[in-house]
Amino acid sequence: MTIEARFQLQKAQFNLDVDLSIPKRGITAIFGPSGCGKTTLLRAIAGLEHSPRGYLKIGEEIWQDGDIFLPTHQRPLGYVFQEASLFDHLSVRSNVEYGLKRIPMDERQVSLDQAIELLGISQLMDRRPDQLSGGEKQRVSIARAIAVSPKILLMDEPLSALDYQRKREIMPYLESLQQQLEIPILYVSHSPDEVARLAQQMVLLDAGKVQAVGPMTELLTRLDLPLAHYDKAGALVEATVAGHDDDFELTHLDFPGGRFSIGRQQLTVGQSVRIRVTARDVSLTLEHQQGTSILNVFPVTIDEIIPGDKTRVTVRLNAGGVPLLSRVTRKSVTALDLKPGKQIFAQVKTVALLS
Amino acid sequence: MSLTDADLAAVLLTLKLAALSTFILLLIGTPLAWWLSRSRWRFKFLLEGVIALPLVLPPTVLGFYLLIALGPNGPIGGLTQWLGGDSLAFTFTGLVIGSVFYSMPFVVQPLQHAFTAVGRRPMEVAATLRASPMDRFLTVAIPLARSGFLTATVLGFAHTVGEFGVVLMIGGNIPGETQVLSIAIYEHVEALEYGRAHWLSGGLLLLSFVMLLAVYGLNRRYTGIQP
Repeated sequence: MTIEARFQLQKAQFNLDVDLSIPKRGITAIFGPSGCGKTTLLRAIAGLEHSPRGYLKIGEEIWQDGDIFLPTHQRPLGYVFQEASLFDHLSVRSNVEYGLKRIPMDERQVSLDQAIELLGISQLMDRRPDQLSGGEKQRVSIARAIAVSPKILLMDEPLSALDYQRKREIMPYLESLQQQLEIPILYVSHSPDEVARLAQQMVLLDAGKVQAVGPMTELLTRLDLPLAHYDKAGALVEATVAGHDDDFELTHLDFPGGRFSIGRQQLTVGQSVRIRVTARDVSLTLEHQQGTSILNVFPVTIDEIIPGDKTRVTVRLNAGGVPLLSRVTRKSVTALDLKPGKQIFAQVKTVALLS
Repeated sequence: MSLTDADLAAVLLTLKLAALSTFILLLIGTPLAWWLSRSRWRFKFLLEGVIALPLVLPPTVLGFYLLIALGPNGPIGGLTQWLGGDSLAFTFTGLVIGSVFYSMPFVVQPLQHAFTAVGRRPMEVAATLRASPMDRFLTVAIPLARSGFLTATVLGFAHTVGEFGVVLMIGGNIPGETQVLSIAIYEHVEALEYGRAHWLSGGLLLLSFVMLLAVYGLNRRYTGIQP
């Protein structure tokens, strides 16, 4: 099952011109700088923008083709806007029930209770929107969107209007949403951290055009794309919990390129986890160092070296088929004679566990 | 001293005229104001100008043209005669038509402003929640614009109650048919019956003030709910 979308739309700042095919599953991030057309693309999928010669097919259903243009209210989608946009004249309960009431009984896959429970808003149901915090409002608006049992959930930077604390408050809800409801999600964002944590696939947009489409793990480390070059660039690694070290309170995570040992986590053996290895935390060495305090050292092959700024370069490494990024100085490249194809060792100082 | 039968008839006629005119104005004005708040038609300003005319035009001028239009040789009067009725000049129906034109801006403008303030976003949200255009108009746009409706209703009503020039021109002064409150007051003053003029004027003053208090009071409560 795929989502196929072709749109051409003229806007003041850019011309949206996309031709996309993405798997209809998991969380797909639509990522790019501000004003690159992410929101316009999402609105075109929702039918809120009309691209005259557009084409849109969601799984088996055609939503737009030639003269066919399903109006928004006939598209089985959920939409979460950047601002919560709750109806001020209705209570929280009536807000959440607004869409649900308009769905025929036999199309209701998500119950009201399920929506309320998934977003943790049972305490808020009898309040009015102006009595909620920003984070609470956005949780209510997400519950309202999933209560219509959408076949696809469109989210337009749902966290961007929130501060760091509120973001951390909502993230877990978004993760469990995807795991429990099996609704494909298109997630617009300009935050690499958000995207790395949540998404499996990514559509990279720039100035209205698609730069790349593919799995997160691949696009994050492709040196021809801007993601590998921003300050906190890094690789995403899928690993399995291999076991715990009771003496030193460590947890071992295996991936095709070797084993990470990190501070002990509440994880069960065999569980899949995603970890993020930031490029600046990866240093390179020609031999497997013996006298080092760093636990995580892997044999790697150099794929590609791309100059960053005047001092630093970004190196893409292959660790048993898994791409890693390392940021080192230009001086080190010369000193160690680093070049593509060379076999060396990567030392990883810290990793971040994402889920 | 209290109201005479003639005065009472004028009061009732005025209330009937104002209620009916306001009702018709809300029926016409709601879709019109909605269209004005949403349309991007480049000549929209022409229509807005026409609707606002009664704000600046002397009522006698408006009344004069309405008298001609409603009379036996005018387009509207001619039409009603052709349909087998009478001309509409000096009738209650004529007064209602005149009032609708005269009070139009007082109803359409608050509604238009309220609809504009609602914005596009709530309507888009409702569309993504499966509400059809009519459904979202009734369940989102109108409730969100309720303070505009309150203002429009009260201003439209009060303005019709207070009209004088237009009524005098197209309605004349037929007791029980076209003699409204403001004209009855004028009559009493002309006849130097200041006592009866006081009764009616004081009543009108009180009514107008109470209605305005209601608008401002309720609007403040509404905006208190929606910061």
